[in-house]
Amino acid sequence: MAVPEVAESFTSEVSQVTLGATKDEGGTRTSKITVGGARNVVYGGSPDDTGEKPVIAMDVIDTRPKDWPDILTEPYKDVLDSPADWAKKAITEFGADLICIKFDGIHPDKADKDAASAVKVTEEVLNAVGVPLVLWGCGNDEKDNQIMPKVSEAAKGQNCLLGTVKEDNYKSLTAIALADNHHLITEAPLDINIAKQVNILVSDMGFPLEKIVTFQATGALGYGIEYSYSIQERQRLAALSGDKMMAMPVICDVGYEAWRVKEAKLADAPGWGHVKDRGPMWEAATAICLLQAGTDIIRMRHPRAVATVKNFINQIWQ
Amino acid sequence: MILIAERINGMFKDVKQAIAEKNKQIIQDLAKKQTEAGASYLDVNVGTAAADQQAAMQWLVETIQQTCSTPLCLDSQKPNVIAAGLKVANTDPGILLNSSPLNRKTDEEILDKYIEMAKNTGPKASIITLTMDKNGVPQDTDTRVAIAAEIISKATEVGFDTQRLFIDPIILPVKVPNAQTQPTNILAAMDQIRILAEPTPHMTIGLSNISQGAAERSLINRVFLAIAVSHGLDSAIADVFDEKLMNILATAEMLMNKQIYSDSFLKVYSSMNK
Repeated sequence: MAVPEVAESFTSEVSQVTLGATKDEGGTRTSKITVGGARNVVYGGSPDDTGEKPVIAMDVIDTRPKDWPDILTEPYKDVLDSPADWAKKAITEFGADLICIKFDGIHPDKADKDAASAVKVTEEVLNAVGVPLVLWGCGNDEKDNQIMPKVSEAAKGQNCLLGTVKEDNYKSLTAIALADNHHLITEAPLDINIAKQVNILVSDMGFPLEKIVTFQATGALGYGIEYSYSIQERQRLAALSGDKMMAMPVICDVGYEAWRVKEAKLADAPGWGHVKDRGPMWEAATAICLLQAGTDIIRMRHPRAVATVKNFINQIWQ
Repeated sequence: MILIAERINGMFKDVKQAIAEKNKQIIQDLAKKQTEAGASYLDVNVGTAAADQQAAMQWLVETIQQTCSTPLCLDSQKPNVIAAGLKVANTDPGILLNSSPLNRKTDEEILDKYIEMAKNTGPKASIITLTMDKNGVPQDTDTRVAIAAEIISKATEVGFDTQRLFIDPIILPVKVPNAQTQPTNILAAMDQIRILAEPTPHMTIGLSNISQGAAERSLINRVFLAIAVSHGLDSAIADVFDEKLMNILATAEMLMNKQIYSDSFLKVYSSMNK
């Protein structure tokens, strides 16, 4: 029996976002990254509908991470105190498409670092690598509002992806992203209604919709991945049917979420297989699962997981 | 909702006068304002007053497209008037040909002509087809559905994608004697027509017809639109300047899960249709 033709066609598409500014455009990036542009669901439609390949942003933390398991720090053991070397290693050895500087160190409950330190890290990483950067705050609104504008300014004209803004804290970062010509990440707590609302609020401030990437919050495999999956899937379907407020590319934070999970990091669990495999597998499985729902940029941590996911992406998005 | 804005129609006094005096400003203003109000298409109907309907259609199309790129809905019962409009229209953003019955006593092939025109125009051209035939407008549900089925099978036969069909089950004014059963019949017909083909044809209505001659016209239009949305209506020729109508539409579509809720859902609705 012939396989029935079930390909659905849609009227709209996910918007396309290009990150990074080269010398000609007033930046110092040596490469740019374009994501988005899908005109169908993943695996759906014709090969022309798939849009740009998803990309991997590897995390570089602005301060030596204290809560990472050994299996995760091992590949970075020589660079943990130097974000610039760390970024270089992620690009040259591990094949990262772009770098996400995660400013955990400015969090008041962590290293409580100041703006000067965050700016220094930004400048060093910008000098060390030529790929576009994601600049991601610590999650403490007060500290992010105080320091991320300085970080944004330090990367002015580099066309970075700056985040995150939320429904109840979006004004200062949106204004600075607009002024410094960056793209912006809008965040919602696994709530599609809030996700749409924060996009509307940001757009009301005059921020262009086509320069937004959405972050719906990520759940790891076994820890709420189905919520992330279904929201991202619904966002994709809304984008394809013409909802301009939901037509943005999607970023998710797989690295952090996967490595929080006890199955990924607990060393003393012989029944679960060797710990050196479990974490990378958990991270890769989470990423590959979310890719099917429609993810454009994935934040990741372990080089083995990155290699697995890159291999998957290269096979599917040819 | 694919909203077809109704105001550029020679039945309205200002448009009739603008056509007679070749006053571009009035037409271009209406095009711009209807677009801003959320129109997906602008209906273009020369009305009955123009001596040369083909020339009037061409003048309207050219006048609108000088300042506005919103897709047009060429509205005439005469294929030659539509053809005249098509000759000068920029159809790249899409175009709707409005409208053809299944057949007419005087022209058995009318639907074929409209389909042919749309096919020749390109993949973004669609047509509005009425559930009426040479016997006139049906009063009951079953005949409407039967005619829609014939329209769909005709389109399928000649390889015209059912997604390019807008089926209009024809609304009759509720005030006409004995017409009060019509709204129910139309809704029942819509329920059935939607499942006749895959992919589903669009369902459209000339909304303002329902309140023709009645008191509380806007209220009747608004309430019927909300009900019709719940029966799968995804297009309407309507007054996009009626802000309450637009709010009700936004709410109805949100409640039917056609739009994702956000606290600002009313505010962003008109920009969604473009």
